[in-house]
Amino acid sequence: MVKYPMKIVKQPGNIYIQLAKRNLERRVVRTILAAVGIIIGVFAISSMGILGNCLKVSVSNSFEDYSNEIVVYPAGGETSITENQVKQLDKISEIESVLPIYSSGTKIEYKDKSMYGAVYGIENEDLTSLVEIDNGKMLKSSSTGCVIGQELANFLDIKVGGKVTLEDTKLKVTGILKKRGMSPDVSVDNSIFVNPEVYNKIFTDNNKEYDFVVVKAKNVDDVDGVENSVKKILNKKDDKVFLSSVKNMLSGVEDALRYVSLFLMGIGSISLVVASVSILNIMLMSVTERTKEIGIMKAVGASKKDIMKMFVLESLILGIIASFIGGILSLGIVFVITDLILKDVSSLFDRGVFLYIVGGIGFGIITSLTGGVYPALKASKMKPIDSLKYQ
Amino acid sequence: MSDQVVELQEITKTYALGSNYIHALKDVNLSIKKGDFLTIMGASGSGKSTLLNLIGCLDTPTKGIIKINNIDISKLDDEQLTAIRRSNIGFIFQQFNLIPTLTALENIELPMVFSKVSEVTRQKKALSLLEQVNLDSKYATHKPYELSGGQQQRVAIARALANSPSLLLADEPTGNLDTKTGREIMELLRFLNLNGTTMVVVTHDPTLMHYSNRNVKLIDGEISNENS
Repeated sequence: MVKYPMKIVKQPGNIYIQLAKRNLERRVVRTILAAVGIIIGVFAISSMGILGNCLKVSVSNSFEDYSNEIVVYPAGGETSITENQVKQLDKISEIESVLPIYSSGTKIEYKDKSMYGAVYGIENEDLTSLVEIDNGKMLKSSSTGCVIGQELANFLDIKVGGKVTLEDTKLKVTGILKKRGMSPDVSVDNSIFVNPEVYNKIFTDNNKEYDFVVVKAKNVDDVDGVENSVKKILNKKDDKVFLSSVKNMLSGVEDALRYVSLFLMGIGSISLVVASVSILNIMLMSVTERTKEIGIMKAVGASKKDIMKMFVLESLILGIIASFIGGILSLGIVFVITDLILKDVSSLFDRGVFLYIVGGIGFGIITSLTGGVYPALKASKMKPIDSLKYQ
Repeated sequence: MSDQVVELQEITKTYALGSNYIHALKDVNLSIKKGDFLTIMGASGSGKSTLLNLIGCLDTPTKGIIKINNIDISKLDDEQLTAIRRSNIGFIFQQFNLIPTLTALENIELPMVFSKVSEVTRQKKALSLLEQVNLDSKYATHKPYELSGGQQQRVAIARALANSPSLLLADEPTGNLDTKTGREIMELLRFLNLNGTTMVVVTHDPTLMHYSNRNVKLIDGEISNENS
């Protein structure tokens, strides 16, 4: 009895997988080219999805501070919010605070320069809850001065202590506010804030009614409830006010961003379809080249299913490897981009990012498989007698 | 009738070639018994390969009945023919026809893969077949291109034997080999025949008749004579 060296017998796994692997290796250039198509496709889909997601998260984060705010404006025919309406708002229990605000726009002059900006009349303690001081001092309740936004100060070269002129009234600047950027309630950076009494002295035609009211709910979850209460109380007969909540505005923005990222992903998926066609192409070539091999296999007993399995496995393995490379690549590149643009990679550790990567990889594998099915089917249907004769 | 491995009754095979019909085989009657070593001689175009393909269930006749181990295969579909080939018939080709991406041992295992034999059993059997065709086990991991013609044909014979078929079919098995190696291969086939495998060899080389106990000659698709 001959003793066989058992280690040469040990095979590296399933013979079908081996066959697929070796055939892919045999046509390495073609394999790589087809893989590149899949990699780009998966990369396009996942990275577009992730970028959209990061954008969404970053927008949500920057509006987080205002998420409990509802702004109440006079509706349709009305021009202002009355003192009486403000009192009614005060009675709603889920409301933390009610901030009635006068506002208008006018020419602001300083020395020889001027610009148009917004003027707000607001109680000093209400103002403190909306803005932060950067330089100088916040308005006191009896102050006849004003605080101004950063950009206005820069544009007109105003320093703390300077005197600005609006509507022929001179006002001493007591402080300059921190930059706040876009915000849903008051726009800070190009504006002037004064006490209500000062405001009513400047704008004498104002009939002491408010232009809008900022309402802060105790809790973000109360926003919808507060909206309903406000509508019930103030819009009893006809619409006297209309409401704009950051929460609902944000969901609109998020919807828009979702469509944008879907659209981008749609473009990405076109490249995957192209990649699928290239897999179809190389697999068809491979089937033609291996016609004789298929004939031999059929002669020694391969069924249609066996042949199918062989070729589908080839495109599947190609698809799996290429898709994973694409997925990992997109995570890496999006990481770099997010770091550069948003300077904050925390939005990457969102569950959505994981879903986009998995989705991209899954889509890549499915399209590769789709590209491989027809060639495999063609191979399995070959007549052994004809394929054996093929040279 | 139980020792009848192959039974051909009135077999006709016609090919359409343009508007003409070529009669590759005409009313061929032939029966092959268990243990036979049959050579089929004939010039090229005489229909001998067509006959071998029909016996091997690679093709179906235009007319007539073919029975392999008493199963009428004339009406079977593709998958059923594949199943018959898998378990009853081993093929040996002139060009060896090994799968280039598989090692010698994997080539021998291939028919057993298709008949769902477990990996361990498969490898054991393949190694013992390698020994049976007198090929050193050091060649087990070689790819076909690393083997000589004679070695490749030995692997091919081992592959043909993998599922222990009752019938081995060889189409010009020595056609691509030098005289000495060809003789060794024929000796091997005779040895296998003596151990019970029914053998059908198609050739135009008259020296191969020495190894067979039956010989039929085909001329223009008809059996002209049979001598034992």
